[in-house]
Amino acid sequence: MDLLELINFYLIPGIVLGSIYALGAVGITLIFAILRYAHLAHGDLATLGAFIALAVVTSLGISPLVALPFAIIATGAVAIGIDKVFYEHLRERPKIVTVMASLGIALMVRSVVQVVWGVDTQTYTRGIVRPEDYFGLRIRDREIYTVLAMVALVGVLQLFLTRSKWGKAMRAMSDNPNLALLSGIDNKKVVMLTWGIAGGLCAASGFFLGLNTELKSMMGWHMLLPMFAAAILGGVGRVEGAVLGGLIVGIAEEMSVLFIPSEYKAAMAFAILLFMLLVRPTGLLKGKVL
Amino acid sequence: MEILGLVNYALFMAIFIAIYALLALGLNIQWGFAGLFNAGIAGFFAVGAYTSAILSTAADDGRIGGFDLHFVLGWFGAMLAAGLIAWPIGKICLRFRSDYLAIATIGVAEIIRLVIKSEPALTNGARGISSIPRPAGDIGYMESQIAYLAIVLAVLAAAYFLVERQFNAPWGRMMRAIRDNESAAKAMGKDVEFRRLEAFIFGAALMGLAGAMFAHFNRSITPEAIDPMVATFLVWIMLILGGSGNNRGAILGAAVVWIIWSVSEIATDRLPHEYAVQAKYIRLFLIGLMLQLVLRFRPEGLLPEPLRGDRRTSQSGTEPH
Repeated sequence: MDLLELINFYLIPGIVLGSIYALGAVGITLIFAILRYAHLAHGDLATLGAFIALAVVTSLGISPLVALPFAIIATGAVAIGIDKVFYEHLRERPKIVTVMASLGIALMVRSVVQVVWGVDTQTYTRGIVRPEDYFGLRIRDREIYTVLAMVALVGVLQLFLTRSKWGKAMRAMSDNPNLALLSGIDNKKVVMLTWGIAGGLCAASGFFLGLNTELKSMMGWHMLLPMFAAAILGGVGRVEGAVLGGLIVGIAEEMSVLFIPSEYKAAMAFAILLFMLLVRPTGLLKGKVL
Repeated sequence: MEILGLVNYALFMAIFIAIYALLALGLNIQWGFAGLFNAGIAGFFAVGAYTSAILSTAADDGRIGGFDLHFVLGWFGAMLAAGLIAWPIGKICLRFRSDYLAIATIGVAEIIRLVIKSEPALTNGARGISSIPRPAGDIGYMESQIAYLAIVLAVLAAAYFLVERQFNAPWGRMMRAIRDNESAAKAMGKDVEFRRLEAFIFGAALMGLAGAMFAHFNRSITPEAIDPMVATFLVWIMLILGGSGNNRGAILGAAVVWIIWSVSEIATDRLPHEYAVQAKYIRLFLIGLMLQLVLRFRPEGLLPEPLRGDRRTSQSGTEPH
C-alpha cells in the first residue's frame, strides 16, 4: 500500500471520525471538570441532537448544515432541562448517584428517539457523494465541513473560556469550586452554561456522525466509550486535550483495521482507555484524576 | 385449563425472578457493600451463559466446545470465567473513582457483545448455541419447570446465606467501612484495593452463574437474548428499588421489578398493532423514569440497609449513611 492510499482510506476518515469524537469529548471533559461526574447519557444526547436536526431538515426542507444551529440550541436546552429535572436535586448526594441517574437518562433519551423516529436507519440527504480530488487526496465536502466545524466550535469555546466573564467563572469552578463560590460566582449559572455548551456540542457531534455515516438510534451509545477514552487520554478538564484525544482515538480506530479484524474496531477505544488509566491517568495534557 | 396456564406462567415468572435475584445479589456485593459501580452486568451474564453452554453441550462441528460436561461443572465454569474477566478490569480501575469503573464495565460489556457476534467458532454467531441440557429436562413439561425452579431456588438460597453470612461477619463490616470511609479503613491497616477487587470478582461470579442458569433454562443462548443495556439496567433498578446494602431487599426488588416489567408487557401487547413497535420503547422509558423517581424519593429502597453493630445501639433518629 502506498502512502496516498493510507492517507485516503485511513488517515482522512480517522481525522473526520476523530473530530466527531472531539466534539463530544469536549462536553464530557467540561462536565467532568465542573460538575465532577461522568455523564453516561452523553452519547444518547448526541443521538437526540442528530435526530432533532433530521426533523428540522425534513420539516423545513433546508440543507442539513443550516439545520445544525437549530439542533445545537434545542439540544442545549434539552440538556439544561434534564439537569434541572433529574440531576439538580442529586447534587448534595454522592456523585456516583448522579452517574447512575445519567445511565437511566441515557435509556430514557434513547427510547424517546426510538418512539418518535423509529429504529430504522435514516439519512439527511439521499444519494452517494463522490469525493473530490485534491492533488490525489480524495476528500468529500462533508468531511471538510466536519473538521472545520469542529475547529470553529472549539475555537469559539476556547475564546469564551479565556476571555469572557462567564467563561472565566467556569474555569474557576473547575479549578477550585470552594474558592470560586466564596468569591461570589453564581454556581447555578455556571452549571446551566456548562449543560448548554455540552448539549450543543453533543448535537454537533451527533449531527456530523449522521452526516458522514447514517442516523441510527444506537449511534450515540456506541460513541460513548470513544468519547470517554478521548477525554481521559487528553486529560480530564482540558478542552484542547479532549480535541487531541478525540483525534487520536478516531485515527487509531480507523488505522486499527490494518492490524485487527474490523469487527473489533470499537475495541480500540477501550484499549486506549485502559492503557491510559494504567500508565498515565492524568492524560497527555495533565488533567485531573477523579 | 385456565388455572394450569396460570400456574405455568407463575412457575416461569418465579424462575426468572430467582435468576434475576441472583444478579441483584451479585450487584449488591459490588455496589451495596463495596460501593463499586458496575455498568456492564449484561457482559458478565453473557460470559457465564456462553461458558456453561460451551462446557455442557454435546460436541458440535464448526465451533469449539461441546465438552458434554455435567451442568454443575458448567455452572462452576461460568462463575470462574466471569470472575476471571472481572479481575484485570478491577485491578486497573478500582483504584480510581467509581466513574472510571462504570465506563470500563460498559466497555467490557460492549466488547463481550462484539466477541459473541463475530466469533462463530466460539459462540456460533447469530444462531447461538442450542440444545443446552436442562437439569431435569426429560420429564414432563410442568414437572420439569417445578424441578428447575427448585434447583434455582436452592442455588439462590445457598448464595443468599453465604453472602448474608459474609456481610454479618468481620468481612462485611470491613467492606462497609471501606465503602463509607476509605481513608479511615486504610489507616486501620485494611488492604482497600485487594478487598474491593475481591468484592468485584465475587459479584461478577454470581452474575456469571445467573447467566448460566438462564442459558440452561432456555436451552439455548443467542446474542439477542442479552440486550446490553436492558439487562444491566433492570438489575440496577431491582437493587436500588429493593434497597441496596440489603440482601433481602435485592431479592424483593428483583421480584417487584420483574413483575412490573412482565405485566407491562401484557398491557402493551393489547395495544393496537400499529403501536406494537413503540410499546417496547415506552416500557424502557418508564423503567428509566422509575429509577429517577426511586433515586429522588426513596433512595434507601423498600428495605433499607440494616443497621449493624454499634451503630444499632447508638443510633437515635439520625439517618445512617
